[in-house]
Amino acid sequence: MMKGRAKAAFWIAMSTSLVAWAMVARAAAPRRAPGARAGSAAVQASSPRMPRYRFENFTTANGLPNNHVFAVLVDGDRIWAGTEDGLALYENGAWKVYNTQDGLAHRAVLSLALDKNTGDVWAGTMGGLSRISGGRIETFTQLNSGLSNDVVYGISVEGDNVWVATAAGGCRLNTRTGEWTLYNERDTPMAEIWTYTVSATSTKVYYGVWGSGVLEYDQKTGRWDKYDDPDGENEMVLFKDQGLIHEIVTSVSYVDNILWAATYFGDSRYDGRYWHNFLVKDSGLPSNFTNYIKGVDANRGWFCTDKGLAYYDGVNWAVYRPSLKDGKPEMTVRDAAGHVTPVAVSTAPAHNYVLGIDFQGDDIWVATAKGLSHGIYQR
Amino acid sequence: MKDRMQGRARATLIAPVAAILSFAAVLALAHQCARPARAATLSGQDDFVDYDSPLELLLSPDGARLYVLCQQSEEVRVLDASTFAVIASIAVGRVPRGIALSSSGDRLYVTNSWDDTLSVIDTRKLAVIATWPVGFEPSGVVAEGAGMRVYVANRISNDIAVLDAATGTDLKRLLAGRGASYLALSLDGSRIYATHIFPNPPPLRTGMENRTPPESEITVIDTARAVVVNRILLHAIAGVFHVALSPDGRLGVVAELHPKNLVPLAHLEHGGAFADTLTLFGADVGPPVEIPLDELERYASQPFGVAIAPDKSRIYVTSGGSEIVTVIDVPRMLRFVRARPHAQPVSFATDLAASANYVVTRIPVGRNPRGLLLTPDGRRLFVANRLDDTISVIDTRANRVASTIKLAGPTQISALRRGEQTFYTARYSFQGQIGCSSCHIDSTFDGLEWDLEPDGFGRDIVDNRLIEDIKGTEPYKWNGSNPNIPTECGPRTEMYFWRSQTYDDRTLTDLTLYIRSLPSRPNRWRLRGGELTPAQARGLAIFTRTVDKFSKPIPEGNRCSFCHSGPKGTSQKSFDVGTRKPTDNSGLLDTPQLSNIALTAPYLHDGSARTLEEIWTIYNPSDKHGRTNDLTKDELNDLIEYLRTR
Repeated sequence: MMKGRAKAAFWIAMSTSLVAWAMVARAAAPRRAPGARAGSAAVQASSPRMPRYRFENFTTANGLPNNHVFAVLVDGDRIWAGTEDGLALYENGAWKVYNTQDGLAHRAVLSLALDKNTGDVWAGTMGGLSRISGGRIETFTQLNSGLSNDVVYGISVEGDNVWVATAAGGCRLNTRTGEWTLYNERDTPMAEIWTYTVSATSTKVYYGVWGSGVLEYDQKTGRWDKYDDPDGENEMVLFKDQGLIHEIVTSVSYVDNILWAATYFGDSRYDGRYWHNFLVKDSGLPSNFTNYIKGVDANRGWFCTDKGLAYYDGVNWAVYRPSLKDGKPEMTVRDAAGHVTPVAVSTAPAHNYVLGIDFQGDDIWVATAKGLSHGIYQR
Repeated sequence: MKDRMQGRARATLIAPVAAILSFAAVLALAHQCARPARAATLSGQDDFVDYDSPLELLLSPDGARLYVLCQQSEEVRVLDASTFAVIASIAVGRVPRGIALSSSGDRLYVTNSWDDTLSVIDTRKLAVIATWPVGFEPSGVVAEGAGMRVYVANRISNDIAVLDAATGTDLKRLLAGRGASYLALSLDGSRIYATHIFPNPPPLRTGMENRTPPESEITVIDTARAVVVNRILLHAIAGVFHVALSPDGRLGVVAELHPKNLVPLAHLEHGGAFADTLTLFGADVGPPVEIPLDELERYASQPFGVAIAPDKSRIYVTSGGSEIVTVIDVPRMLRFVRARPHAQPVSFATDLAASANYVVTRIPVGRNPRGLLLTPDGRRLFVANRLDDTISVIDTRANRVASTIKLAGPTQISALRRGEQTFYTARYSFQGQIGCSSCHIDSTFDGLEWDLEPDGFGRDIVDNRLIEDIKGTEPYKWNGSNPNIPTECGPRTEMYFWRSQTYDDRTLTDLTLYIRSLPSRPNRWRLRGGELTPAQARGLAIFTRTVDKFSKPIPEGNRCSFCHSGPKGTSQKSFDVGTRKPTDNSGLLDTPQLSNIALTAPYLHDGSARTLEEIWTIYNPSDKHGRTNDLTKDELNDLIEYLRTR
């Protein structure tokens, strides 16, 4: 029941393109993260060295078509931002915007993926899937192609295949043959078809499903497996570190044979044998409500939550955000013992409500509900 | 290849021994079956004629050898570039289309468009040393200057394969224009320019896609990264052929067709069917400029090959339909362009007075001239005359044909060959403006919708259909009004297309023979042995089903397999499938055959469906075009997977 209500509420929000707004109000309430302990000057002096950034923020004031940035993608020196009003490309210090009049499937761009081999960019939108190749946009919809549904939440490129997570199941486009293969409740253990995220490699493909956990596809055998929350639909965590932390999966990232999975009720890391769960109460996570997760490698990952951006180096945590109390730039570091230390900073991501991240060398680019942020690494 | 070699063996082993002759005839029959554009003639006297059909030309880096790609004999003919004596004939794959040399000249690459392979020839041994798989219907090919990669344009795959030059590994596919076909490498090796022969699908769904100008592109590839970095848009262009770059890299030129398919095809006297044009691009001209080759009463129908003189003084263009080479004075052309400043791409395609400003002359050559080649000193221009097995050698200072090289093909002209010549020439139309192949490019189609006069202006907009394998699919025309090919291609064509009555009985008979002989190219989605993938098998079950998913019987006339029956997928009858538009005179439409249906987008009689999916997701709301609205999305995908095997 709980799950159903949450899904319905979120669907309404998405369908009216107000998802960011809906959560911003919640994020704005100044609340101290449970489990965090206040630091002191003495602790700060011995706190772990965590990456620091100077954030430069982009909004409509300096070229973004819309401040609601659902996804960000780094393509060498070029930055792509999926916004609520078009796909924006930052290149040579200027923004160029692609929208429906250019052939983009829909103005609201929810997800982005780069084909590193060809340089093509794939954009998932509220109205279909678009491929941007050398400036030309080719659009696939449920009417003109084999795409299962026009609401495209997630994309991942693997070899010649483009894997897509839609509101009506997953699908795969073979770009060489043009063949579409659909994955839904008829041929996978998908209890719900609202696929929300996908991460594909040449060996494994993972789908995160809203209300149906994580699905794993073995590329070699063609078989599906399923990972669920061991305590079922209970919002309480009854079986810590014994499986996926919740069924409502918002983001997956598979890197170095490690699965990172985000939910609105905490996050998980799975190494193929053991699960580890991350909750606010026993980690440096600023919120259990996680929109997006991106593993750097087997041990390090970034967590995009409704209360800031968090980085985990395998032991320690850092959180970057405007203060929930007064909006001033804030960075905190939490060590393995749980000591939280404030770090003096003068800049922060554009907003607490973080929806995506990508890496540009040592720099990071962060999608938030109120702008795009460039985190310039400080040595 | 085996068949071809057998054919050649027959040609060389003729002896007065009846048994041997019989054996050779059997082999030749097998050979005939393996090739396109081959069929028994009406008289039976013209069987087994092995024409060469030279298509493209290359010169070895030292200038000593002339490589001639012979499409019909499926070989590379190697000639001494001075004496034109034959040095060797190297057999390649089926229906070769593109040829390129490595920068060192030690490798020759040939695309085999029906085998989906690339032949690699060692130019010292003059032998094929490897055959690499590529994409569907490989056409143009170039080897990048650094020798690391080979690029192949795949016409059906609509992409460009990037191959490792050492191993042939297919590294990646770059999205190209629809019908990707021709490639050119810039002189500095940094860029590859690619063209395509069918227009790109309209990006926006407006409901009027079939009445919007076609769009094409020149795809620009950065060879350092092997990625597409630009697409030069060609507005209102459908059918782009060879591209050439000047040695200084400042001027590029493509040969192309500018169809006038949005207005009724009724004004040939005003140049109302096509403009035959070039688009110029590069620093010399700024934003791209489209200039016409045509002049009143002097048309340059179906431009194909293009070359720029080493000193950039001249541009040479072959026109396959007009059977000429057009010579353009580049400085005068640039003066013409620069006298008309433009901040955006601009077109002078409809200005039939423009070409007088820059065309020096039009040199008649052989039948269906295609590829052309300038010697490094720019003094001689070789032109491959595909349909009379000759190469014209033009003295570029005198602008005349200095000599004609006859290849080794037969001297007699078969009825089939005459039919093909008729198909490709523009000489039968008013002022020589168009030919059958203007719309049926390379004997296929053009991906366009036309408004033909007989139905009334603005009435019965019709999609141009593929003409392969149409024997036994009559009647013709979307309304089924033409009972046979002579009716379709005879007086009706003369009256409404050519505006000229010039076919005699034999010409029409030969043309009919040629069209009826066109085979279907290999289906790329059908597995060897005719097996079906699981998705295709599920699709077949849907295609042939008699009850819907609610267990209700599907009326016979509402089953896919009823109207699309028989080996070619047509019952040869007309039906109303609910796609009639207010501008259509009737809702009754001839059932189109399904042969290679995956290739022929757009769909429906007026091309309103951009994809196979749209036939059912948009244009079948009442299940009149078969019972399909009970299908789930994955079932519809299965049906389409099956249709692609037809």
